Amino acid sequence: MLYREAGQFKTNYVADSAIFPLREDRIGLALIILAAYALAFFGSNFLLQAVLIPFLVFSLAAIGLNILTGYTGLLSLGTGAFMGVGAYACYKLMTAFPGVNVIVWIFVSGFFSAAIGALFGLPSLRIKGFYLAVATLAAQFFLQWCFIRIPWLVNYNVSGALDAPLRTLFGIPIMGPNATPQTRYLLVLTIVILLTWLASNLVHGRIGRMWIAIRDMDLAAELMGIRPLQTKLLAFAVSSYYCGVAGALLVFLWYGGAEYDVFNINQSFFILFMVIIGGLGSLIGSFFGAALIFILPIVLGIVLPAMLSPFGLSVGADVIEHLRFMIVGALIIFFLIVEPHGLARLWQIGKQKLLVWPFPY
Amino acid sequence: MSFRKISLGLAAATMLAGTALPAFAQDSIYVPLFTYRTGPFAGSGTFIADGMHDYLEMLNQRDGGIGGVKLVLEECETGYDTKKGVECYEAVKGKNPVIVNPWSTGITLPLIPRASVDKIPILSMAYGLSASARGDIFPWVFNPPSTYWDGLSMIIKFIGEKEGGLEKLKGKKIGFIHLDAAFGKEPIPLLQELAKEIGFEVALYPVAAQDMQNQSSQWLSARRDRPDYMIMWGWGSMNGAAVKEAVRSGYPMDKFYSVWWPSEDDARSGGAGAKGFKELNWHAVGANFPALQDIQKHVVDKGLSKASKDKVGEVLYNRGVYNSLLIAEGIAQAQKITGKKAVTGEDVRRGMENIKLDPARLKELGLEGFTEQLVLSCSDHNGHRPAFMQEWDGTKWVKISNPIEPMTDRVKSQLDAAAKDYAEKNAGWPKRTEACDKAS
Repeated sequence: MLYREAGQFKTNYVADSAIFPLREDRIGLALIILAAYALAFFGSNFLLQAVLIPFLVFSLAAIGLNILTGYTGLLSLGTGAFMGVGAYACYKLMTAFPGVNVIVWIFVSGFFSAAIGALFGLPSLRIKGFYLAVATLAAQFFLQWCFIRIPWLVNYNVSGALDAPLRTLFGIPIMGPNATPQTRYLLVLTIVILLTWLASNLVHGRIGRMWIAIRDMDLAAELMGIRPLQTKLLAFAVSSYYCGVAGALLVFLWYGGAEYDVFNINQSFFILFMVIIGGLGSLIGSFFGAALIFILPIVLGIVLPAMLSPFGLSVGADVIEHLRFMIVGALIIFFLIVEPHGLARLWQIGKQKLLVWPFPY
Repeated sequence: MSFRKISLGLAAATMLAGTALPAFAQDSIYVPLFTYRTGPFAGSGTFIADGMHDYLEMLNQRDGGIGGVKLVLEECETGYDTKKGVECYEAVKGKNPVIVNPWSTGITLPLIPRASVDKIPILSMAYGLSASARGDIFPWVFNPPSTYWDGLSMIIKFIGEKEGGLEKLKGKKIGFIHLDAAFGKEPIPLLQELAKEIGFEVALYPVAAQDMQNQSSQWLSARRDRPDYMIMWGWGSMNGAAVKEAVRSGYPMDKFYSVWWPSEDDARSGGAGAKGFKELNWHAVGANFPALQDIQKHVVDKGLSKASKDKVGEVLYNRGVYNSLLIAEGIAQAQKITGKKAVTGEDVRRGMENIKLDPARLKELGLEGFTEQLVLSCSDHNGHRPAFMQEWDGTKWVKISNPIEPMTDRVKSQLDAAAKDYAEKNAGWPKRTEACDKAS
């Protein structure tokens, strides 16, 4: 009853082509963002530090991959490595120029990732699908090899690991061990909202339509005057930019320090699963995917023992771990059977049903 | 419609999660155990987890905890994955843990800077950051009884003595096969420095974590290079695979040395050919100690352990026991210093700095002859204790040497430089403000 289109008239083209044409959607979004900011003050440290910060970081990386895979139709297995490029670039930049605020470097580090991404995107003109996936796999292995083999990247650190030095914003520590989860969460949230808004504008505008045209039929797109090479490379660059920023956030605002192994092939698959489960070609799907793949196991880890203990079943941490794998795996299969287009499509169906509720016509 | 039900269920589950975190009574001590019984490193992690858990559980069963206070043990499964380890740390942080043992160098590194802020001591027993042995720079991190650099220097010393003096190593070639991660790479700077000083040649054979089971290319190179000695820095399934490959490629096993991590199972996987394989160790193997008999009686026989009877006393099981011995000792010392029953992380940090495991104390604990004496202090969080060499005789480990002292003079300079370097690179690294206890 509350959620319906009736009575909302669009009187100009701008209103008609708005991303959120319904007033309820706009209010809903505003409420969600408000709630997200409010969580910084009401959420426990565990919720912020172990659940929400990584969730946002993975969502951002998923958006990055979604731009490439979902919108442009180019499969990539190098997401983890591109995240790594962002993290290492950010580390080099902020240790070389400690005077510049680190937030600048977080955004700039994405450009290094974008350049590397575009370089490895070059084969995409000639090959696509699985062949391109294998080419990006090469990026994954090569870059990971660089992270281990070039000690310059970690300033010749003996342990070979990245660690977050103390950095402040307006005198408040935002990086390093003294930064509270609240400040780090607020920072990550703001960056993710900003970049999501940017991505939303990109994919709904001229560039996004070019990407979608290439995805749906590259020959037709070319005949219409879209230049495939530039468009695909742009998709690679933008996608890698997002992944790079996500990588920098991952290491410096979440872990606080990391080894090269964080950016291994598993990380790439992890993000790819999020994109597929969440929904290809959907920004909100990236958030759903990250929630299902990352948050659900944490919730299961807490809920399962609580559910089993009333029955006198005390299970060990290892059994829980195996149960987690089984349940999440089964859910992935279930969701993909119920809706092959991912959670985002289910969300859309739900919204459409609500629009006509309670009369199903 | 099913989707809506599921989402409702999920929402309910999330709500439950918020309330499910158990609250712990004030008259107990919460000791989280980071373990990995799953994943590629489970082959090593399971035994350690059993040993750690069983010793503390034995104290609970036999003595009702430590100093009359029951220990609340909780395992958190990390899978040797940094991501999950950090999640575990966040999960246990709110429950006032008195000490955290991450059991992975990868997990230890991000926790080191947090320890001083969260006031939770970190016990990374003979792993983690070697430089954290400096108590004046890392007041919250403990890595007794030896660092990896100590370990490497012991192996080189042992080999040198076998050759008839360190200078005889000149012109020899030493192969170093290691896990290609922070853990395996840590001894390399020292190895290279020793190589320069003494004049031997070093050949590095890195094994990436995803290729642990398949080391044929590394051993093929080793066959070509013909190193006079091989030293291994491996963990998990890498150890067993390396022994197997070494046997297969015909490498003389009596020239194959390892740091202290390979288990009986790893050596066994090489079959009869693995005879002669050597590794460092700093505690006894076997279950012929009163404390281990008590574990048998109070924990394993009662079905409170996940370990099977024949695993009690194996190398990694006893390693877990040693780890818990340090935790228990830290807590006991903390109770003694503060006079409190339910101690906090801050108290246990002080307790750890006062650890004095001399033969008398070990006898009291029912572990006479289990290990060398260990004394920690305010400035020395490691002890730099000697280890001995043990050899695989085909069925069990046999001690074949007296304790080998580390080359302290050579290691110390590296350690100080690394610690200084760490503090410098982490601009704003806090100066130690924690006061030292008089006793230490």
